[in-house]
Formats: sequence, C-alpha cells, structure tokens
Amino acid sequence: MVTGGVTKFAKAHPSMDFRLMVQRAYEYALKGIPNLTKDRIDGTRISYFSDHFSRQLKAASMVQDYLGMNPKGSVRIEWGGATGGECFQAAYEAVASGRMDVCLAAGYETMSRVATWKGNEFIALASDTNFDFPLGGFYTGYYALMVVRHIYEYLRLGKFGHVKDEREAQRLAIAEGQRIMSWVSVKNHRNALHNPYAQYPKPVTVDDVLASEMISFPLTRDQICTMSDGAAVAVLCDESRAREFTDRPVRIVGVGCGTDTMRLADRPFGKVPLHPHEKASDYQNLPYPGVHSFRAGRAAGIEAYRMAGIHDPRKELDFIELHDAYASSEIQTYEDLGLCKYGEGYDFTLSGAPFLKNIDYGLDVPEAGKIPVNPSGGLIACGHPVGATGLMQGVFAFWQLQGTIRRHFGDGTLQIKDARRGAIHSHAGTGSSVTVSILERGW
Amino acid sequence: MAKPKVVEHFRDVQEELARSGAAIFRDKDAVESLILDDPYSIRYIHSYAEDSPFFLALAEKKILGSRCTNPKCRFVFATPRSHCMTCGGATQWLELPPRGRVHSWTTCHFGSEAFLKETPYNLAMVEFEGANSLLLTRLKDAVESDLYVGMPVEARFAETPRYRITDLWFVPART
Repeated sequence: MVTGGVTKFAKAHPSMDFRLMVQRAYEYALKGIPNLTKDRIDGTRISYFSDHFSRQLKAASMVQDYLGMNPKGSVRIEWGGATGGECFQAAYEAVASGRMDVCLAAGYETMSRVATWKGNEFIALASDTNFDFPLGGFYTGYYALMVVRHIYEYLRLGKFGHVKDEREAQRLAIAEGQRIMSWVSVKNHRNALHNPYAQYPKPVTVDDVLASEMISFPLTRDQICTMSDGAAVAVLCDESRAREFTDRPVRIVGVGCGTDTMRLADRPFGKVPLHPHEKASDYQNLPYPGVHSFRAGRAAGIEAYRMAGIHDPRKELDFIELHDAYASSEIQTYEDLGLCKYGEGYDFTLSGAPFLKNIDYGLDVPEAGKIPVNPSGGLIACGHPVGATGLMQGVFAFWQLQGTIRRHFGDGTLQIKDARRGAIHSHAGTGSSVTVSILERGW
Repeated sequence: MAKPKVVEHFRDVQEELARSGAAIFRDKDAVESLILDDPYSIRYIHSYAEDSPFFLALAEKKILGSRCTNPKCRFVFATPRSHCMTCGGATQWLELPPRGRVHSWTTCHFGSEAFLKETPYNLAMVEFEGANSLLLTRLKDAVESDLYVGMPVEARFAETPRYRITDLWFVPART
C-alpha cells in the first residue's frame, strides 16, 4: 500500500453524491505523490454495500467513469458489512496475482438518502427474508441476541457462576456486561476526539453510555455505530514499484477471510478452531460458535496470522482497527482474534489493554497501551458508511505504520509510537463473513 | 411547483420534503443542493420455493424442521433447510414439538421502519428437544424483565394464516 484517502464521515453529505465523495478521497490520496498519476493505475476495485441506498444500480461503473478510469478493468465488490475489507483484499489479489501492477481500491456508501429507520430496514434485508426479516428484522436486535448469549456463557456461567438463583444470576451478569460494553464505547468515542475524520467524537462516561436510549436490550445507542455518508480509497502496488511513490510503503503480509451461516439459528455447536497459542483443553465444554461468537472472524484471523507468520497476536501486533459496529462485537472480536481466550473478553476490556496510554478515559486502565484496539475511534465513533469502512480502517492503519497520523489528523495523540505491524478486521451481518488483513512497515 | 424552500439544517429536510415535495439544502459553506421527495415501492413475486411446506404447515399449527437423510449424519434443523449444511445430504421434513426453551432473547425498543409501530417486541431463539439448531421467533405475552435464558416457551399459531413466519410465535409455557 502506497497511499490512501478518506472523506470525513458524516450523517449526511447532501452536497456530494457518491462519485464526488470518492473523487475527494482519491484526490487526497494522490496529493503530494507526483509519480502517482492516473496513467500509472492499471485498474480498480470499487465497493459499496447496497443498491437500495443509492437507488442506482451499477453505481460502481459511475465511480469508474467519474474518476476517468475507463477503459481500465474494474469489478464491483459487495460482501455486506465486510464490503470494504473485501475490496481491500480484492485489490491485493489483483496485484499479488500479477494481473495489475497498481490497483486503486475505492469504496463508499451514501446512507443519508433514506431515513434512519428505513436504512435499518435495508440493512436487515441482508438477513433471511423467509425466516428472519419478517419477524422484526433489525440488526441491533440480532447482535443483542448474540450478546445476551455471550453474557450467559461467560458472565453468568463464569463470574456469576456462584449465584444460585438463576434469574438473579442472569440479571447481574447482564448488568455487568452492559457496564463493560460501555467501557468500549467510552474508549472509542474518546479516541475519536483526536480524529478529525470521525463522525461522533464525544467525551462520554460509562454512566452516559448506560443512560443513552435503549435500542435493543441490552444495547444502548452509544454502544452502536450510526448511518453515515463517506468514501475511502487505498492504492496498492507491487513491491518493485512501491518506492517510486513513497519512501514509506506498507506491506500487506497476511490476508484472511471466513464465513458463517446467514441465519443465526443455523450456527452449529461444535469445536473451537484454535490459534497457535491456544490448546484444545482451553475450550473443553464450550459449544462453538453457537450464537455467542463469530466463527468467521476466527477463521479469518487464523488464515491471516498463518500467512503473516504470527504465532501470538498479543505479542506480534502493535494495534488493531476492528469492526465495532456494536460494543458487544468488539469484545467478541477480541476473543475471535486471540487477543484473549474465549470467555476472557470482558476481563480483557477491564484490564485496559485495548486502551491508549496517553488518553484520559476517566477509567482505571492499568494495562493501557498493551494492544490498542480502534485507536481511530472505530465504527462506533467514526461512523460506518459500509462500502468505505473497511478501506477507512486500511487508511488509518497505513498512516499509523507510516507514523504520519499527526500530518493527516492535525493531532498526533493517536499515533502509536513505533507501530510496526497492525491488523484490520471487517465484518458482515452477525459475522456471516469477515476479513482480516495484516499490514506492516515496508521500509 | 414553486421554487423549493431553503433549509439550513439537514434534520429539517425530511419535514420540508413531506410538506412540499422538495427542498434546497444550504450547508455551512453555503453550497446549495436540490433535494426531491422520491417515493419508491416494489411488488415482489416472492416464492418460498423449497421452504414452502414449512409455511403451509403453520396453517395446520405444526412446526416443521428438517432432518438429514444421511444415516451417518442425521442432523436435525429447527429452521428447515432442504440440504444439510454439515454433510451436504438431502433432508426430509420432521415435525418439531410445540414447546422448547429460550436459548437467547432481546427486546427491540426500535426496529426497521416496517416494524417500528410494533415496538417494543421480543425476539427469541428457541432450542427444541431433539434438534441440533435453533429457530428465531417473536416471544409474546412477556415483558423484558420476564425473559431469561432457559425459559420454557410454547408455540402459538395465527387463527387466520397469512403464510408468513409471523403466523408462529411463542409465549411463556404454562406450568
């Protein structure tokens, strides 16, 4: 990867359609790289999630057209919430296969063209329309179903295992789960105070998050990402050309992708696929993934780590930008990606390990800085214009590894010192598809 | 149509569209964008295809799952599939008991536009004796504070079928 660009994510950009948004991100990416001109780009991969939002089919062709890329090769990429992450990997594959020397990955979503609750309906149409959607299809509801079970498996049967009264034990476990999920929301919203691209930076407290509107029990508004307009681009090329464009290229050393059933109801109760630093005996009585964990995330992590030669991500990654569409799914993803074992996600959060050292969260975070997660603010605070999101993560990770956060953000607070290797993680509906890509300094 | 009214807050755009059918949004940089109200509806010809027997059975107050016919597999799906996700074998229909337990649950206080007027409503995933997978359903006659993992529940069926998954719902089991 040699450059990237992002538009500010916003509730609405009514004065820019999707073509102009991508153009703006593309112009930003090319700025200051005189050798990187349009004629050096061999083709594109263009991503957006839903034709419903733009009500313009084959919209990726119009992006290709607007950027003046015709007659170069292009493909539209769509894979639900993981659309941006898939687009990043599609561009990687175009270059790695030798088909292109230089490939532009571009993604966007314009979600403001419908009211928020209609937007939720469009997103819920990415669930089974025979069995799931007509029941009250609502993605926050699906993730709430997942986290209620996650809390049951790991807090009810764990920390509150000693409580005899079943109803009381579950009530206590859910309250504890809500409190810890709020820590994630505080972290991401406060990190975003230093990210000018973020849609909803705010100095919230755990009490504020808990007091925000209940959307689908136990998830409150501040624990959930929002609808956004935005675009992001990344330029990928082969190693021999990278130095013509920048003296600080970033190497993509691992890619992984996993999938799972579209219907939550079909998820099996089997065995945990292990990371190299785990043992089968860690999970003897854990029915997996059930509806509590993302098997696709674990599969994507295993594939990407293997390719990158990572044996213990806790020691070999300097940061992760992961798909926190919900505070719950950030905690579930810590476990999928092996930052801690299954069942340890809540304690891992409370340890402070995924927090940044130099930010005041108003929380006691003794292990802050150990492995920062979503230093940018993640989806919860940056927004989630679906087709752009995974690419946005790629751009933020790229700037972290280059050490150029201050230059791009006008504020160096979020720069992780000497970051050498990071991961990006993009995730679609209830974990039906997930990508993980590993990026490291290439100089 | 008269020249659309200029609106300076994006949150006011929808109201103006509903009132007059158009608006000019002026952003903080004084850039003006013309915005139209543009309704869009579609009539689909939705076939349940291989899932049809399930929806027809709801009218007879039966819940059909499916079981893999491969003798080495015999996976039982509480949400039917006509081919097994484990071994790839064909499945056959199987009647499920009208009662089960809550595997997980939530109360939706908001929802997609189509369901907003029904909020709050409960969703539950139900596990059945003898089945290897779950069924997503509405859980009625109970409020948020009544619900818990492991709660016994029983099926209810619409008296007048509409041939939708909502012809079936669950309520707390009478003990």
